Amino acid sequence: MMRFLLLFSRQGKLRLQKWFTPIPEREKKKIVRDMTTMVLARKPRSCNFLHWKDLKIVYKRYASLYFCCGLDAEENELIALEMLHRYVELLDKYFGNVCELDIIFNFEKAYFILDEFLLGGEIQETSKQVVSRAIEASDMLQEAEIDNSDYDLELGWP
Amino acid sequence: MALKIVKGSIDRMFDKNLQDLVRGIRNHKEDEAKYISTCIDEIKQELKQDNIAVKANAVCKLTYLQMLGYDVSWAAFNIVEVMSSSKFTYKRIGYLAASQCFHESTDVIMLTTNQIRKDLSSPNQYDTGVALTGLSCFVTPDLARDLANDIMTLMSHTKPYIRKKAVLIMYKVFLKYPESLRPAFPRLKEKLEDPDPGVQSAAVNVICELARRNPKNYLSLAPLFFKLMTSSTNNWVLIKIIKLFGALTPLEPRLGKKLIEPLTNLIHSTSAMSLLYECVNTVIAVLISLSSGMPNHSASIQVSLRSIQHYLGLLAMSKILKTHPKSVQSHKDLILQCLDDKDESIRLRALDLLYGMVSKKNLMEIVKKLMLHVDKAEGTTYRDELLTKIIDICSQSNYQYITNFEWYISILVELTRLEGTRHGHLIASQMLDVAIRVKAIRAFAVAQMATLLDNAHLLTGNTQRNGICEVLYAAAWICGEFSEHLEDPLSTLEAMLRPKVATLPGHIQAVYVQNAAKLFATVLRGQEGAPADRTVAQETSQLLIDRLPLFVQSANLEVQERASCILQLVKYIQKLQQKDVEVAEEVTALFAGELNPVAPKAQKKVPVPEGLDLDAWINEPPSESESEDEGRKPKGKAVFAKEESKHTKPRYTEVDEKELAKRREVRKAEQANNPFYIKASPSSQKVYQDGVGVEHIPVVQIDLSVPLKVPGMPMSDQYVKLEEERRQKDKADKKKKDKKKRREKGEKGRRRKGDSGPESEEDITPAHMVDITTEEMPENALPSDDDEKDPNDPHKALDIDLDKPLADSEKKLPVRTHRPDEVLRSPVDDGEGVEVVPELKKKSGKEKKDKKKDKDRKMCDIQGNLQDGSQVVVSVIFENKCDSFIKAMEFNVLDSLNSKLQRPEGAGPHDGLTVPFQLPPGISNEARFVFSVQSIVMPQKLKGTLTFIVKTDDSSTHEKLDFKLHFTCTSYLITTPCYSDAYAKLLESGDLKGSSLKLEGVSQPFHHLLARICFHHHFSVVERIGSCASMYSRSIQGHHVCLLVKTADQTVSIDAKCDEPGLLGNVLDEIKLTFSQC
Repeated sequence: MMRFLLLFSRQGKLRLQKWFTPIPEREKKKIVRDMTTMVLARKPRSCNFLHWKDLKIVYKRYASLYFCCGLDAEENELIALEMLHRYVELLDKYFGNVCELDIIFNFEKAYFILDEFLLGGEIQETSKQVVSRAIEASDMLQEAEIDNSDYDLELGWP
Repeated sequence: MALKIVKGSIDRMFDKNLQDLVRGIRNHKEDEAKYISTCIDEIKQELKQDNIAVKANAVCKLTYLQMLGYDVSWAAFNIVEVMSSSKFTYKRIGYLAASQCFHESTDVIMLTTNQIRKDLSSPNQYDTGVALTGLSCFVTPDLARDLANDIMTLMSHTKPYIRKKAVLIMYKVFLKYPESLRPAFPRLKEKLEDPDPGVQSAAVNVICELARRNPKNYLSLAPLFFKLMTSSTNNWVLIKIIKLFGALTPLEPRLGKKLIEPLTNLIHSTSAMSLLYECVNTVIAVLISLSSGMPNHSASIQVSLRSIQHYLGLLAMSKILKTHPKSVQSHKDLILQCLDDKDESIRLRALDLLYGMVSKKNLMEIVKKLMLHVDKAEGTTYRDELLTKIIDICSQSNYQYITNFEWYISILVELTRLEGTRHGHLIASQMLDVAIRVKAIRAFAVAQMATLLDNAHLLTGNTQRNGICEVLYAAAWICGEFSEHLEDPLSTLEAMLRPKVATLPGHIQAVYVQNAAKLFATVLRGQEGAPADRTVAQETSQLLIDRLPLFVQSANLEVQERASCILQLVKYIQKLQQKDVEVAEEVTALFAGELNPVAPKAQKKVPVPEGLDLDAWINEPPSESESEDEGRKPKGKAVFAKEESKHTKPRYTEVDEKELAKRREVRKAEQANNPFYIKASPSSQKVYQDGVGVEHIPVVQIDLSVPLKVPGMPMSDQYVKLEEERRQKDKADKKKKDKKKRREKGEKGRRRKGDSGPESEEDITPAHMVDITTEEMPENALPSDDDEKDPNDPHKALDIDLDKPLADSEKKLPVRTHRPDEVLRSPVDDGEGVEVVPELKKKSGKEKKDKKKDKDRKMCDIQGNLQDGSQVVVSVIFENKCDSFIKAMEFNVLDSLNSKLQRPEGAGPHDGLTVPFQLPPGISNEARFVFSVQSIVMPQKLKGTLTFIVKTDDSSTHEKLDFKLHFTCTSYLITTPCYSDAYAKLLESGDLKGSSLKLEGVSQPFHHLLARICFHHHFSVVERIGSCASMYSRSIQGHHVCLLVKTADQTVSIDAKCDEPGLLGNVLDEIKLTFSQC
């Protein structure tokens, strides 16, 4: 099971955090700090896996963003790497050539995509098409609601 | 109403949205904290507005701020509000915020139970999806228990989108509420064969996670998984299944045999590295479970290992190493190459592997490689790691792999040249250990140590920081203790008394001083024989007398004390020398007695003489026992090496010969059962030599003669020479197998190379007799590896037998309808029971009914929601609990004068409202009804009926269900914050009428009491001083309600004021009821 997923920039700024198990706030902060210092200190082209306490840390850098996740000790690091990659692909598909700013300014969207892909630290849907379809459908639903409410506003109708 | 919304939307235009916030933060790099605090103030304002869009926007911004590390727990309630919006857009944001901010101790979570249940049963699959996703992040044991049944129902939802989410979240539910596992498992198992691949993979995921923790309960699923493994083409799923098999095989070796073939097929066919890795891992697990290695298969593993990325390959190898060391040893070169890798973590893994790989044959080669790396290594951490690894590798299992201790000593000496290492300690303890335990090496060791002392200035660049000077401690002690092996004790003595020594740490100086005295004794003995040397002897005494005062002035007490003792001794000796008295013998006698290594557990081996009760007190000296105990119980493998570590305490310097002697006495004394030996005079040492129990102490017996070495040789040369020697030794090793003739020839060859001493044959025999520890160990000393599972492990609770058929009582999950019921422990009536539980913000009542011979069941969640002070919205959840279809439901209430159900225009005052849906078995849905309320002063009960048609396969019947709706006065109150100054003004105004209430025997803490009033009766605390608090709330029609709550000795008095005395009276009655129920 994946315990957490963090996205942070080269400067160590957190861009997204997802905790799949409930962890106290203070503990979260400590983990984030440890992860950023540990991962950012790594030289380019070194191995993507680390051990930290009883967790396996898998990270990968995409452009200026580091994708970093913590796994249970029995997990397969390589599949986690593929999960990270799949998530990047999904983001890419949604935003169209995703960049760090896309995630900063639409961070809730990034979460929604993640929620369709992983649930409770387990992979939920392995098909990219199915995930994108679910995201599109929810977005459509949202737009329909917003359109309606605008209409309501014009009419002065609750 | 319309104006309000327009106003809201205008407000909204001026509000910051998330993008503005992010941009703002980026533009205020210098004063970020200040900027954010103004933003938070704005957000607080926005959250106070009624417009849900504004609130959602505010919550969205808060979620972002939470990520930046700001505390947003204060907004938990607002998050719940946004979650309960009927619009998906806002609901989504609310759930996102909740999943980011809520954790088990967030108290508002218990308010969400019904909202989540509502969303789970929403006709819109995305509402359900969003609720499931959120729940997966913040599910608590209570939520899990209350919602388990709902989620279980969703596992058979028509939409695969919901099914897969429900299946995955069941794992979280199991963890929090293990009782749900058995009832839910059959359905979960069904999902393994779900037509939708997503649901199937979700089920595999969950069962894998479960099985990995408690594999034995899942063995019966093995055939099913085997089928899946051979049929599935989805790599994600395959990996999970193969991992599952890895957990199962240790329990069922037959499974392993069956697996090997499909796994090797996969290994050869797959192109996915992750799958390959998983296969290899499982094959390893299988191999471990099958005790007999399978050479052909391990060969194929090796091929695949090489192709895997280095790091994981090394990890996998370390697993193989434990059971099949041979197959890894052939990869030695590969692993040594990994030491050159740029990545430190790869190098460290490789080091770990090397530790397990060494043998007598390759030890020197590997260590040589490591030494090269030590020279090259940058970064002290890695270098220190290398250093400890070298020492670990060499010293493992009692120096099992070392065939030549001279070589090892030189390696240690080499290591002392490392600058800035923290492990001087470690090296020193190794030196001591080897010198003490391997008798044959002493001469060589002493020579090396003397050189070290002579070159001490090289080691002590920056004394305070430099850990390496610890080595001098060992060196000084070895030279002193075994001074008879010194070639030139005088020069060593001189080296030990250099003024520079005074810069060393205290505990080292102390050893220096003490051992200088030992050396002095040796020098005297060497010199007194010849009369010509008398003057030299006297000069030596003079040297000590000149140099020792430096130490007498030391700030370190230990050094000072020893130095002044010895100084006096030397002065006395000098006097005797001037009178031409022979003193050497007596001085030497001070330090007489041989130091024998004693195995750590030797003491236990000594049989207790008959009739001796060791527990009985002989005297009553309790204070004395402490220091002795410490000395008696060396814990490590080597007595002195371990003790050495205590030397950081300067007062406790036991290498001092006298103290060692004392210790011997202690040991001896124990054997002889005579405690008075402790204070025996030196002469008793002779008694010790042939003491009764000595034979029982196993003593390291290393019989090897050591070739002479030239002491004082520069380090680097020595290393080269050792290398040479090592090669010769290797040759000799081979030759040893041949006849003696050829051996002699080999010796000649060596001599030609210019070795200074005659090299004996014993040098060739591996000098590793240190393995006596095995016999020293008590037979029953088993390694206590069977560590119990962590009792806190949540997975332990899931160790449940799943094959046992379900009992009837288990078939249905216990359903708890509403959490506050639990808290209040209010009587839950069956049949016509009516109960109202105040709930949620604005004003809500809640009614629950559980009736109708278990045939069907409806839950009415009355959420009175008055925007304008006269309307109550009642949400009713209808749940069909029978096995038949329910349709044509009609909801009707008998109106009272005060409260009326709002019916569509044109309908008569007694017409029922049609519920706009039908209910298949096991499904629940929600409908809302609006009531208009005139007066809110009195609580009210409305009677109503629900009529519906139950449709079975062959017939349909018309049925009726009676219920009551209970509107309490509390439910008309809205939690409204109030500032203390406004509160004071309100009280001063004199418009309010008072009333009071006394509660006896309330034992709960005051803050619980306040929380209870806040939670159940919608008050907020204005101010709290000690055991007194003022509280405020407002009704939907604008009545102010003020409370002053005081507590003393289990008595709570509440003074209340309100502009409507009727309302106040009823509210107080309800408060009383709340506390009488607890």
